[in-house]
Amino acid sequence: MNIITFENITRLYEVGAEEVRALDGVSLAIGKNEYVAIMGPSGSGKSTLMNILGCLDTPSSGTYLFKNIQVSDMSDNQLAEIRNREIGFVFQTFNLLPRSDSLHNVELPLIYAGIPSAKRKEMAMNALVSVGLGDRVHHKPNELSGGQRQRVAIARALVTQPAIILADEPTGNLDSKTGEDIMTVFSEIHRQGNTIILVTHEEYIAEHANRIIRLRDGKIEKDEKNSHSHHAPLTKAAAMTGS
Amino acid sequence: MNRYWFELKEGVLFSLKAIKANKARSMLTTLGIVIGICSVALMATAIKGIDRAFEQGISALGADNLWIDKWPWFTDEEWWKIRNRRNLTMENYEKYKSLAKKPLAMAPTLWSSCKVQYNGHYIEDTLVTGSTADYVKTTNFDFARGRFFSEIEADGSRDVAVVGNDIVENLFKHINPVDQYIEVDRIKFKIVGVLKKQGSNLLGDFNPDKQVYIPIGASIKYYTGHRRSIAIVVRARGTAQVKETAEEAEEMMRRARGLKYNQENDFSINQQEGLMRNYNQTVGVIKLVGLFITGLSLLVGAIGIMNIMFVSVKERTREIGIRKAIGAKKRTILSQFLAEAALICLIGGMIGLMLAIGLSMLINKFLPTSIQMDTVFLAITISILTGIISGFVPAYTAAKMDPVDALRYE
Repeated sequence: MNIITFENITRLYEVGAEEVRALDGVSLAIGKNEYVAIMGPSGSGKSTLMNILGCLDTPSSGTYLFKNIQVSDMSDNQLAEIRNREIGFVFQTFNLLPRSDSLHNVELPLIYAGIPSAKRKEMAMNALVSVGLGDRVHHKPNELSGGQRQRVAIARALVTQPAIILADEPTGNLDSKTGEDIMTVFSEIHRQGNTIILVTHEEYIAEHANRIIRLRDGKIEKDEKNSHSHHAPLTKAAAMTGS
Repeated sequence: MNRYWFELKEGVLFSLKAIKANKARSMLTTLGIVIGICSVALMATAIKGIDRAFEQGISALGADNLWIDKWPWFTDEEWWKIRNRRNLTMENYEKYKSLAKKPLAMAPTLWSSCKVQYNGHYIEDTLVTGSTADYVKTTNFDFARGRFFSEIEADGSRDVAVVGNDIVENLFKHINPVDQYIEVDRIKFKIVGVLKKQGSNLLGDFNPDKQVYIPIGASIKYYTGHRRSIAIVVRARGTAQVKETAEEAEEMMRRARGLKYNQENDFSINQQEGLMRNYNQTVGVIKLVGLFITGLSLLVGAIGIMNIMFVSVKERTREIGIRKAIGAKKRTILSQFLAEAALICLIGGMIGLMLAIGLSMLINKFLPTSIQMDTVFLAITISILTGIISGFVPAYTAAKMDPVDALRYE
């Protein structure tokens, strides 16, 4: 069973008097434990695609099957539940609650899932330890480096053991060294059996995945396996020179 | 149901965090509610105090007493109609007394204004009440010394008197007045009893503390003759019996005065209840205005809360987007922000209440007041309601936000 199936997904926006097709008849399928990178230049529709994948937005037409269940006509509350339990978001700008410590940030999805306090704290601790931040549990985001913040965000994404991890330019606000560290974390998560969907416009980031879907003008241009993915991580410089 | 409690609890915990994070702003916001609740609570307490003071003040008239008099206490009738009524006489009284079965006690009364004097000290315009020995049965008099005059003394129109507390304080100071002679318009009366302080300031000259009580025979003999109308005080057996006692009194008095069936009453039956009603009508309007004005201050506080909640929601757009992305439902966001507004208002309400309790102890020096339990519950309920109502629109705005747009907000 595929976790995600898109059948002819279209998303229209009205901008003034014009109609913009952010996504135009996109069809794809993503299975368990895949590591997919979605690439494309600005305006290619990759943000829109990610929002629909993440159940933050609903398509104008087409069918979205999540674990073979029709998502496209679900209510707001049902979508919220799916986001809570089945999807783990990692954002470019980290998006942590600034006034809460790491532990509270990571346990947030568990609160919305109705898990009682003691159990949640245990699960959140485990998630933080698994990303190597067991000693930063009570730090607030402004007391953490960029890389550490992103790792908290990854721990938060993992804590409900979701069906997919959805990462939107996760290294965009990080320097190249830290970015590499984060990509290592993602590789590790993938190795542990998670399904990862990465949205990026950087070639060398996309290279970490084992499948690359390229978007242009709201349509899929290419969808192919990535032969480089199990090599050692590439640096930006190496990617540029193609070695 | 469990789920809702859980969400509510977590919502309250979230809001506590938010309030703590912005202590200065929360303090300022809640100030409006503090003032609002404080004034409403104080106003309610002051109103109760005024009511109680009035009740205490007229209590000397007796809640179970009727006063049968030529003059009504309140009337819409023309004054000259009343003036032309025949006086009430001792014969009327004796006839009524023989006919009436319902009263617990009754006595005729006759009032004069005299100068009372003792040992060089005097008080002008003292109210002197002439009555029978039964008069004391129509009152709740406590005696500091001695007793009321007896039937024998009253029937014999002996020159005996009972004096009120203030008279003793002013004329006798530390001397024991009992068995001393007080001069009432130059006539000497032997004091047989002294009343404890009754404290009915509202009755003015009718305050028992300022009165001298003598046998009605003496009043007639020395001061009034038979030109004045008497008044009859009647005590019912209990507050529940006042109405029927009044009805009987009307019937018997009509008979005593020989009124035919088609003639109107040429006397009036007055009750403390009439006083209360008159009071309520007059003061009632003032109370409403007072509450309205303090209510306005609460309204201002509520508007302040609403304003700040809007700002808070706008500020936390990104945060709302994050929460929604993580899986918060609309109602979760709604209850989080409602809880925040309600909590700020509750905290403000509690502070306002504390202030009101403190200030009411100050008012207590002038009025018999104390914060009642129902005022406290009212204040708490109003606080929470204010929070929920003023926080609703901002909270709903937050709940309705589109997560995609919210996440993009700078």
